[in-house]
Amino acid sequence: MAPLPELSSVLRSRTTATQRRKLSKLEKKEIRWGLFFISPWIIGFLLFYLLPMLASFGFSLYDFNPAVPDQARFVGFANWQRALFQDAEVWLSLRRTLHFAAISLPISLLFALFLAILLNSEHVLGKSVYRTLFYMPTMIPLVATVLIWNGVLNEQTGWINVIIERLTGIRATGTQGLRWLADPNLVYYAYTMFGLWGVGNAMIIFLAGLQGVPTELYEAAQIDGANWFQRLIFITIPLITPVIFYQLVLGVIGSLQYFLAPFVLNGGTGFPEGMTRFFMVYFYKQSFSFFSMGYGATLAWLMLIIAMIITVVLFGTSRFWVFYAGEER
Amino acid sequence: MILSRRTSGNVLTKSTREAIARIALTSLTLAVLALFLIPMVYGMTTAVKTDSQIAKTGAPWWPARERTFEYEGKAYDVYLVPIDGEIRELALYRPGRQSSLFIDPENPAAGPFEWQGQWRQLERVWQLDIQWGNFTRAWNTINFPNLLRNTLMYAGITTFGAVLSAALVAYGFARFRIPGKNILFMIMLSTVILPGAVTLIPTYFVFLQIGWVGTWLPLIVPAFFSWGTNVFLLRQFFLSIPRDLEEAAQIDGASPLRIFFSIILPMSRPALTAVALFHFFWAWNDFFGPLIYLAGHPDKFPITVGLTAFNNLYSQSTNLIQAASLISAVIPIVVFFFAQRIFLEGVVITNIEK
Repeated sequence: MAPLPELSSVLRSRTTATQRRKLSKLEKKEIRWGLFFISPWIIGFLLFYLLPMLASFGFSLYDFNPAVPDQARFVGFANWQRALFQDAEVWLSLRRTLHFAAISLPISLLFALFLAILLNSEHVLGKSVYRTLFYMPTMIPLVATVLIWNGVLNEQTGWINVIIERLTGIRATGTQGLRWLADPNLVYYAYTMFGLWGVGNAMIIFLAGLQGVPTELYEAAQIDGANWFQRLIFITIPLITPVIFYQLVLGVIGSLQYFLAPFVLNGGTGFPEGMTRFFMVYFYKQSFSFFSMGYGATLAWLMLIIAMIITVVLFGTSRFWVFYAGEER
Repeated sequence: MILSRRTSGNVLTKSTREAIARIALTSLTLAVLALFLIPMVYGMTTAVKTDSQIAKTGAPWWPARERTFEYEGKAYDVYLVPIDGEIRELALYRPGRQSSLFIDPENPAAGPFEWQGQWRQLERVWQLDIQWGNFTRAWNTINFPNLLRNTLMYAGITTFGAVLSAALVAYGFARFRIPGKNILFMIMLSTVILPGAVTLIPTYFVFLQIGWVGTWLPLIVPAFFSWGTNVFLLRQFFLSIPRDLEEAAQIDGASPLRIFFSIILPMSRPALTAVALFHFFWAWNDFFGPLIYLAGHPDKFPITVGLTAFNNLYSQSTNLIQAASLISAVIPIVVFFFAQRIFLEGVVITNIEK
């Protein structure tokens, strides 16, 4: 009796084997075509992401100037030691970056959310026109945005100060007034204002999030007597926390790389009082002004590590405040 | 309790309350919009001011020049002069320390007459003067045609490469069984948030070694290897296309490449347009790449880098800087107004559904 099951299992395995072989011919063809289609990304990923990333770490172990590549010198972890323990500017620039992000991110996210709530309200007339006009400045090249704001925030002739002075009677213009771009206490708020002109994408994303909230929830809440503020706090906000979370992650990573405005306005000198020498500006100085690219690569890797830590921490906190309807996270 | 509150709150009828809410919220939105666009109005107003107005304190906010009055072939400055409790606009004929001679432009025949007071404390009269020529001056000083040509070339070529490669890759991810596909796709999405600095230095070094630094090649070539966000948007669209047509074509013996070009691409025109527009204006806005790779080659600068260089050279000419900034914004804004639906829908697809 023993050979029988053996035989049947052999038979069975043979049929599945032939089936597999047949399938695998088609499958192989499909895999080949699939790989063909995604090959631009695979090549690009290897050439422009993976290899440079690894090489970047390799570079961080060298003292290296691209103008004289022959004089590259292996220094082990000397660059890392310098960045982590000796070069105070690394931590100062990182602290400035996070300080600026802590001011600008909440303001821009709240402003985007505020606009989205306004434009989602049934009571606002002509919503699509407002949507277009609030989005429009997002299309202006960032350099132009910075230059326009640089003018309007001019301490002497800028309209912001002139308007404040006319409305309140407080002396806002001149050297004793609000020196938006020259006062270390104000400069981050000035930079935040430029950023508000790029609010369009976040606004549209929040708006789509708001429109995705099921109306039955609002109806039920209304029957229970909830006013609009309660509906906002207990229904709208919790339901769009995934969108807020996503914007927050992108915003923090974007702030780490904040470069354009300080570079356009003062060439990366950090004016005023070094306040705008952000991490990316310092990276640029080291790598492309002093051409000490070994150290630059170290700073770049440090930035990656910090970005990863922040992302992991944010994802860790997301369990406590981000609401995923019907999803187990 | 809830019931009682609702009835007591019903002093105003529902329609009145709605009308009030409508007026209040619409005016709030309008007010915020007005504040939001003040810099735009500032930019436009400043762009058409004369150079002398820019340099003067106490000049009006609108584009203007100081009025003069021509008398016997010579131009005289017009001031606001208080005479007998009223303020008159008079031309200063002969200034003096304690008293000066003035002419009334409305009655020049009466000839000069004396006014007691210090003319230096008088204010000038301004009249509207819009210098449209500032746009031409900015256009020429910044060599805008050259910047525009560079930017259009960069944005055009990379858009072609980015759309084509993203479409190929997205089709691969949308339709084919590839081992480890989900992991590959996750890796691709994570490259979107990878800080660019971490790959920059070795890439720069290699481009320097092969002599590409100082040319457009380091900026153009990588665009042909597809970017995560574009792939994501197109994949979402391809997944929504029913497979029937492709299966029929497959039975007829068409190769996947043929199916891709003659069935998928023509059906995906809206999504391809969205990706193309996004990429085009991303490139239009790109600053860091051109700054690094084109340093020292002003003839190759795109608008963004050219505008920065212009700002450094002409920082005193606020009017020209505002004019140049506005010129650089015209094309994106005009395209946006015509294609806003594509933009706004594309923003939602790439961001919400991740």
